[in-house]
Amino acid sequence: MSAENKSTEKVSFFARPAVQSILASLLCIVFGLLIGYIALLFINAKGATEAIITIIKNYFTYPTKAAALKYFGNTLVKAAPLLMCALSIQFCYQAGLFNIGAAGQYVAGAGASLFCALKLGLPWYVCLIAAFVAGGIFGIVVGILKAYLNVNEVISGIMLNWIGLYTVNMLLSGVKETASPYTVTLASTNKAAVLPSIGLEKFFSNNKYVTIAIPLAILIAVLLKVILSMTVFGYEIRATGIAKDAAKYSGMKEKRNIILTLFIGGALAGLGAAFLYLTGYEQWSVTQSSVPGMGFNGIAATFLGGLDPIGTIFASYFIQHITSGGSYLDKNIYPSQISDFISAIIIYLCGFVLFFKYFLNSRIRNKKNNAEGGNK
Amino acid sequence: MVLLLQYTLLFASVLILVALGGCFSEHSGVINLGLEGIMVIGALGGALTLKYINPSLPKLLIVLAVLGTSILCGVIYSMLLAFACINFKADQTLVGTALNMLAAAAATVIVKSINIAENPDNVSSTVQYVTAKKALVVNIGKFQFNWFMLVALIALIASYIVLYKTRFGLRLMACGEHPQAADSVGINVYTMRWAGVLISGLLAGIGGIVYITAGVSEWKFENGVAGFGFLALAVMIFGQWKPVNIGLAALLFGFFRALSNVYSGFDFLAALNIPGSVYNMMPYIISLIVLALTSANSRAPKAEGIPYDKGSR
Repeated sequence: MSAENKSTEKVSFFARPAVQSILASLLCIVFGLLIGYIALLFINAKGATEAIITIIKNYFTYPTKAAALKYFGNTLVKAAPLLMCALSIQFCYQAGLFNIGAAGQYVAGAGASLFCALKLGLPWYVCLIAAFVAGGIFGIVVGILKAYLNVNEVISGIMLNWIGLYTVNMLLSGVKETASPYTVTLASTNKAAVLPSIGLEKFFSNNKYVTIAIPLAILIAVLLKVILSMTVFGYEIRATGIAKDAAKYSGMKEKRNIILTLFIGGALAGLGAAFLYLTGYEQWSVTQSSVPGMGFNGIAATFLGGLDPIGTIFASYFIQHITSGGSYLDKNIYPSQISDFISAIIIYLCGFVLFFKYFLNSRIRNKKNNAEGGNK
Repeated sequence: MVLLLQYTLLFASVLILVALGGCFSEHSGVINLGLEGIMVIGALGGALTLKYINPSLPKLLIVLAVLGTSILCGVIYSMLLAFACINFKADQTLVGTALNMLAAAAATVIVKSINIAENPDNVSSTVQYVTAKKALVVNIGKFQFNWFMLVALIALIASYIVLYKTRFGLRLMACGEHPQAADSVGINVYTMRWAGVLISGLLAGIGGIVYITAGVSEWKFENGVAGFGFLALAVMIFGQWKPVNIGLAALLFGFFRALSNVYSGFDFLAALNIPGSVYNMMPYIISLIVLALTSANSRAPKAEGIPYDKGSR
């Protein structure tokens, strides 16, 4: 942090919004891990310290550098879709919309991309577009219901999550392996649908799942940052989020903006699913009876990232890091869901961030007032 | 046909209980999106009681014990929401969502830990309660009466009386409509909102145990409660935040949910050869349509979702 060195003048260090956000997020992480550690102590006190270290270390538990790099790649492969879901939720949150439907838009994207890849045999870029559109359509439904019929976007989003799950299960049961509930592999059916790796796999001990999805996801995060902070459209989105009626009064088409925002949000989440399923890292199980957690973890990542696209890149990585770390726990002592538990605690704590900032700012103001008290 | 009626009443009971919970919370001014999570925790408490209780105890005692633990778990868990949203003015949507995720993760961790402690090779997240569950039902001919149906009916009547006929209920609703005005006549808005949220925890906690004992004798906690808490919110909106309407709306939704359990028993439905997934989707599709039709002129409490700040009158 370069800000640390030149902070002494004018604005005090803790008064900077960026510093406050980072501080708040770090506090959330520390407390989240602490509560996770306490839970581990309750389950089995003897190995708890080792267990929490395992979660934090994740792939560093591998002794050789090559193996560690390979599994670092795996964590990144799953962090890319998580980042996309987080960006989806964040983009909508800027417009005052809580896009919990990201989970369903993600499912729609998975269904569309896999259907195009496995059933229709289309190349990867077409599959990406299909995922983008499918996720976007799911978003539009929520948007239209919200803009014209005043339906709470959280409830309609949840309903669409389940509708999406059952629809995709039906859609993909035509391309599943005969002996298992999983869809057929990309490698055996349609190699052209696998995302190209453009040589990236060499940096990760030939981990073939490392593809252009990872740099693309980061690029999209940067692009969103630019759109939100430098374009008229981004300004309108934020204005709608802060004061809907004021935005309407000043001539912004708030209904169109709501629908457009949710379309983009949905498309991002849909694209995120394609970023995972088109690497061949995972197959879709057509009998799954719960919505994949990726969209919900995205909520953790986006709030931990301080609602900033760049911060979200790091937050997504962190959430995926501890989620992957959880899978290295000794399954016969500790449940791997302890990572989900920690993520959930972190989201809960993020609810207090606003109060934390308020508290910090009023402390700073009081201090300042006391110092200048004699002069004024 | 009897089976369809039985399941309809069971699922309607769940929806009535949870939707009434949401109704109390929202009338006090707090949007409780954590109902789903509260259901999971209530269900967990009830399921563990069923698992460990001595099945030879009097049936009434078993029913009361299960009811008691579910209520206790639901109320304690809902405190997390009240604490963050009322005292710390946190974003209610965010905290509600966090509670849902936390409940699913915590319940899975707890059940898995218990299973592992019993047998290191059992890493499932399933709780079984085959024998003790029998205490909850009474067979009347072919119809299996569940005591929780009665509980739901009592809750419905009690809610109507409390909300419209008591001082407490009217004060509670005032806090959801215009908290500043309520405060100005000496009602403590924070206390009222805490009461609203805790009552919603109580009702949703019972709803949770009813849901996981409806028709099955074991529950896999990894699955949570499949969006039922949100269906209940849809029921609440469809019922326009009024207990009687909520009861009717719950029957409608309960019917469609029950259909997905028993459709194969009807010859003409089975003959249509519609995939099971379609029936599974049905309650969610219906609720989307219903929401689309009823939300435009909704009677939502005016101040819901806005944290109350004494200073901003």
